[in-house]
Amino acid sequence: MTLPMERHVLVVFPHPDDEAFGVSGTIATYINQGIPVTYACLTLGEMGRNLGNPPFATRETLPHIRKEELLASAKAMGLTDLRMMGLRDKTIEFEDDEKMVEMMQSLISDTNPSLIITFYPNYAVHPDHDATGRAMIRAVRRMPEEQRPKIYALAFSNDSKEALGEPDIVHNIKEAAEQKMGSMRAHISQTAWMLEEMDKRLADGEAEAENWLNFERFYTYDFSKDFE
Amino acid sequence: MELVQVDRLQELLNNFANEDIYIHLETTNGAYAAHFNENVFNAGAFIRNVMIRYELGKIAGESPHRIGLKLPYGWVYAQGITHFELDEHGRLLMAGHDQAGKLAVALQISKTPFTY
Repeated sequence: MTLPMERHVLVVFPHPDDEAFGVSGTIATYINQGIPVTYACLTLGEMGRNLGNPPFATRETLPHIRKEELLASAKAMGLTDLRMMGLRDKTIEFEDDEKMVEMMQSLISDTNPSLIITFYPNYAVHPDHDATGRAMIRAVRRMPEEQRPKIYALAFSNDSKEALGEPDIVHNIKEAAEQKMGSMRAHISQTAWMLEEMDKRLADGEAEAENWLNFERFYTYDFSKDFE
Repeated sequence: MELVQVDRLQELLNNFANEDIYIHLETTNGAYAAHFNENVFNAGAFIRNVMIRYELGKIAGESPHRIGLKLPYGWVYAQGITHFELDEHGRLLMAGHDQAGKLAVALQISKTPFTY
């Protein structure tokens, strides 16, 4: 599938591995089409719980491991503009809201994106996901309407389909499946939870042929149905 | 990290007594606990780089162990500790990992602040 042309795609998520499950195929597809992509990752996933038993890492070594995994994932997707923003896992919602908006504004002014991909506030399960999406929506809302980039938002809470309906954007990323697998494999310390999520989706009735290795789904953010 | 050896860990706890130390204490079910099972009541707590000084540090019980630190005017304790390590920076890292290898509790002691 050839995706519509974009000037620049800005992807903003809080954790290394947030891109792997739902977006890495899309990122790789844009890159394969020669479209510049910037991925800003807000934290190093310092508070991840998968440390193994027997443990392969400690609380203090985990961020180093996850940073290496993030770099490997970027390489697998062919991504060259990776930005690590230096916040701490599980604290995004407690940061000053205005400071978060300013961080998003500076990413936007720096990359001048025609498309932004982030989480859908209130439907993204992890408090860091919701806080990241919130800050980005607020930053874009402040732009003059005609200058706003499109926003593709990811939602996967248990009530998201009930509230938002089916995602309107469906990318067939089959041709980038190898790159997506590369991104998934790069985050090996965290793969367990991704597989759990995959099992849950299959158990909830998602057909295997429709699964994450073939399709990635987004909601076009609609400011007429704003979250706040 | 390795499984707790009671005598060795007790000796390390003794070594940090009556010193100004930075503490990391965390309990967690994970941010996704209620997403995967809506019956889970998700609770946890986290403090990092708070300076304390304890006069007595003690390990109690069989594995998973309990660790208590007695302060002049208070207490710190953690339960569920299975593993420990004195890391290359001389920090005492203690943690409880469940059967699936997920961290459930961490108690860490250092003479210098932990990184941000």
